[in-house]
Amino acid sequence: MKWERERKLDNHKTVRLLDDNGLRVDGRRFDELRPLKIEVGTLDKADGSAYVEHGRNKILAAVYGPREAHPKHIALADRAVIKCRYHMAPFSTDERKSPAPSRRELELSKVIREALEPAIMSEYFPRSTIDIIIEVLQADAGTRCAGITAAALALADAGIPMRELVAGCAAGKIDGKVVLDLSDIEDKQGEADLPVALMPKSGMVSLLQMDGSLTEDEFKQALDMSIDACRRIYEMQREALRQKYHIVKDEADNEAATEVRV
Amino acid sequence: MHAERKQLVTPGDVLGEGPYFAGENTYRDGTKIYAARIGLADIIGNKLIVVPIKGVYIPRIDDIVIGRITDIGMSGWQVDICAPYPAMLPASETPMQRGRDIGRRDIAYIYGVGDLTLAQVIAFDRTRDPLLTTKGRGLGKVTSGRVARISPAKIPRVIGKQGSMITMLKKETNTDIVPGQNGLILATGKNPEQERIAVEALYMIEREAHSSGLTDRVRAFIVDEMGKGKEIGQSQNSSIA
Repeated sequence: MKWERERKLDNHKTVRLLDDNGLRVDGRRFDELRPLKIEVGTLDKADGSAYVEHGRNKILAAVYGPREAHPKHIALADRAVIKCRYHMAPFSTDERKSPAPSRRELELSKVIREALEPAIMSEYFPRSTIDIIIEVLQADAGTRCAGITAAALALADAGIPMRELVAGCAAGKIDGKVVLDLSDIEDKQGEADLPVALMPKSGMVSLLQMDGSLTEDEFKQALDMSIDACRRIYEMQREALRQKYHIVKDEADNEAATEVRV
Repeated sequence: MHAERKQLVTPGDVLGEGPYFAGENTYRDGTKIYAARIGLADIIGNKLIVVPIKGVYIPRIDDIVIGRITDIGMSGWQVDICAPYPAMLPASETPMQRGRDIGRRDIAYIYGVGDLTLAQVIAFDRTRDPLLTTKGRGLGKVTSGRVARISPAKIPRVIGKQGSMITMLKKETNTDIVPGQNGLILATGKNPEQERIAVEALYMIEREAHSSGLTDRVRAFIVDEMGKGKEIGQSQNSSIA
């Protein structure tokens, strides 16, 4: 491990994140996403779940609820309390990560919750809680965005009323050029990272953070790029949901006509 | 209407635009009406709705539910009805002998913690916990049978169009099946084998809720299973003979 860190440090000046053709370390163009694999309903025991592979990120999200608030005093009279836990598995990184929640994980739990909250119609379930659990099985930069992508699907899978889905994607700057969806080495050795979560229908940005520095123009460019990527991811999310609930239309007519509840 | 009837929609999908009302599980933003939940789009009059295909049970007045007693209070019980809210069953809502005084010691004879009850929701409005009653025909303590737990969104499929599915289930398995709106279904038969087959058929309906020809497949499954039971019975008889 130590050896690897030294190698990375050695390479710091010599490594080139963009080659002569403008291609990146993993061969992507500047505006290309890493391959994305999305699966809905992976877990049986949770009310809703989703699994996302975003490049080499492997992320599992589970949702429970709405259910009774425990302890009772945390319940709100006018809406459901949304609880979110982002956690990285000890085996998700190069060096074993302590399983105890770190400062970083606590912060990400909070920002992910705040990125999802505007999409959830929590006012339908006063005095209850909705639990969102995001487990990073393998990390490779951009876990918070992939976590949001997965959690939004798990929420929809749980049948929780939502205004729309939320998709996440980051942009950044490497070797002086603004690029989309940084990988691990680009994140560590690049100049900036800009994670964004978007509610595509309304065009509302529910997460925006920045690490490093960008000029105003670069910032605008990076933001536009990640918003565009979020829209692409949103289409993949919808497709994944449709695949899970492949329904024969005629069969739906065989249901008893019951009034539907809110 | 933009979406077709019975079309699968995901949160944020446009259902329609113009002179429609936003019904259950939908919302309006500007002139358009959007789906708020994963489910099947439908239209009632000029009201657009989404019929959910997943989700927790939210109590409604007059629903028949099966609940488990979780606590005994001074004048009633707390009942878990698989909803985000714990239900209350007041002692006054049980058919008790008149003149008997109501108190903790007394009511424990009626329901103990862990008992199952078939009850009806008499009051619920989200600001207060649901209130149950066991006064009514067929309501009261569950004393025999087996309970299957399925997603409450699948209950309409278990009942079927004009009760077609449940009638078939009752007839073929020779059991009495009471579906609780909260996803718990009670099957009571003359022997445990019939109940087992009924419960397995219910889980089969949940698993394959939206595949074609389900009623026929479930019937074939039941007939097959019932047949097995008979064969074993016959072979036992012959060995005794």
